[in-house]
Amino acid sequence: IYFFNRNLPLLSLLDLGTPVNISYFWNFGSLLGLFCGVQIFSGVLLSMHYQNSIEMAFFSVNLSIQNEVFLGWFFHNVHSSGASFFFVFLYCHLFRGLYYGGFNQINIWMSGVTILLFSMALAFLGYVLPWGQMSFWGATVITNLFSAIPYVGEDVVHVLWGGYGVAGPTLNRFFSLHFLVPFLMVMVAFFHVFIFLHVKGSSNPLGGPINQFLKIEFFPYFVVKDFFGIYLIFFVFFYFCLLNPRLLLDSENFIEANSLVTPVHIQPEWYFLSSYAILRSIPNKFGGVVALAFSVLFFYFFPFFFQNLYNNSFFNNNNVKFYFWFWLSSAIVLCYVGASPVEYPWVSIGIVFTFFYFSGFFFLLF
Amino acid sequence: MSRWLQLGRRAALAAGALGAGSGAALYLSTPAFATELTLHSSHLPWSHNGWFSSLDAASVRRGYFVFKQVCAACHSMKFIAYRHLVGVCLTEEEAKAEAAEIQVQDGPDETGQMFERPGKLSDFFPNPYPNVEAAKAANGGAAPPDLSFIVAARHGGADYLFHLLTGYMDPPAGRLVGEGLYYNPYFPGGAIAMAQALYNEIIEYEDGTPATQSQLAKDVATFLTFTSEMEHDDRKRIALKVLPWTLVLVACSWFAKRHVFTYLKSRKIAYKNRPPRKFYT
Repeated sequence: IYFFNRNLPLLSLLDLGTPVNISYFWNFGSLLGLFCGVQIFSGVLLSMHYQNSIEMAFFSVNLSIQNEVFLGWFFHNVHSSGASFFFVFLYCHLFRGLYYGGFNQINIWMSGVTILLFSMALAFLGYVLPWGQMSFWGATVITNLFSAIPYVGEDVVHVLWGGYGVAGPTLNRFFSLHFLVPFLMVMVAFFHVFIFLHVKGSSNPLGGPINQFLKIEFFPYFVVKDFFGIYLIFFVFFYFCLLNPRLLLDSENFIEANSLVTPVHIQPEWYFLSSYAILRSIPNKFGGVVALAFSVLFFYFFPFFFQNLYNNSFFNNNNVKFYFWFWLSSAIVLCYVGASPVEYPWVSIGIVFTFFYFSGFFFLLF
Repeated sequence: MSRWLQLGRRAALAAGALGAGSGAALYLSTPAFATELTLHSSHLPWSHNGWFSSLDAASVRRGYFVFKQVCAACHSMKFIAYRHLVGVCLTEEEAKAEAAEIQVQDGPDETGQMFERPGKLSDFFPNPYPNVEAAKAANGGAAPPDLSFIVAARHGGADYLFHLLTGYMDPPAGRLVGEGLYYNPYFPGGAIAMAQALYNEIIEYEDGTPATQSQLAKDVATFLTFTSEMEHDDRKRIALKVLPWTLVLVACSWFAKRHVFTYLKSRKIAYKNRPPRKFYT
């Protein structure tokens, strides 16, 4: 591996050569790093007051933290809005990588998709912790998916639950895992940025050749640009935390978890809606789980099927760009389908757009 | 822009329009089932709706008394304690007096016996029923939900609550409502087990406000908004301080970014003594 001179991580923030023409889409990386820190900080503060028993979880979140701990409500809102913002940035960062051919740098791509998977697991684990109706039933639905594994499925699920259903032990271990996984994620992110990315530096919207000579130092140009992006996002973020915290939350989660009462509409948070729609669109249980897993795991396969000469998609035939937008729009439609009840016409729309979602990938192979 | 890019953008737009159009056509062609027809509550002009508007403290106070005299007979509020009301809608003495009206089981004492004592500020609102089964048995099989977070726990929030409380009416012709249930178009499914609770003049306000049904509903909905979201006023006060400050930061950083990039953005690449280009035809 060829390292730049003085590859010490902090120094690279000052003088790593960066292409001059990178657009605002390149801001999402630094925003992700910042929000990872915000989530860890607010999460540690919350964990000092959170009680992870099923009797006390709802009380500790909605009364103790929200009303009695000084600024508890603020950090609670920061942590839940921060998770949504983290996913917005993750998806924008991922789409930027897809569109501009970032998957040609295999190390960066693989570690990035790993971070995405960690984040999705983390968000799922975290959503269970307030122990509201949607927490409990979302946990039930998603952990039951593991029973689709042939032969060992039921036993795997019982080990996961620590019992015969989602209950106290499940909440306990989800809290432990939710506390642990961010640190694993930070380690992978460290590799993603400071080991893998800083070998060659950032890519740029035009692609490979320009990378070699039109570079400028990171400081002050992109430090200032990143700060502008950060402050702009802060405005939107504080709007959500302080003025409209319930916009992205499901009202069902303000009811205590009750294993005897099923909510009318079980749905995950918005960032999981497209995968949820794919899961529900396949009539077969095992097929649905495979499709769900594949809908995220197929990102791992991108570098091996789309090797570009120039490290971008600028010079490709226009099919790649068409299918990128085709795939993206089907993902957005699937988000809406995922939030809808399983009735006509959402079932048919879901099936059709699941087909569209995967078809782009398969067509581009040939 | 190259012709290919133009074509690609047009193709993408066409695909998007096709997808959206087909989705809309499918959606509009669905039949609607009667059980799905829940009346959505309209957005009411609550005084606390604005970005920087606090809760109406007088309304919260009146709403507490409505809750105490009308709703607390059946509904618990186990996450709210009397001390939460101090400084918001009751003074400390008033809150102590309110708490002293209830009997709370406490103990054990030195002999090991549980005993009853008058409530203190630190006690939570009493539960009218000893357990869920008693609540269900006394209310036709449906336990009255706990109202602590009800505004957050229902789609539509305070709008839904107001419309629900004032929306009782006779069912439309042909619509059958089961025995022990009452028709309310705002309730999902249309048939609610709670009878209409608010009528004109069922209680008297101490400050002389006319206790019409809509006034009662408005006040109790404001009180319940407070209990669902006790940080409401703090939150908006901090927003009033933070958001303009972030706007200032955005403006300054935008200027700084443009200032720092002026050299790069004003560069021009020009060729000097370049050999003539050959056009292969």
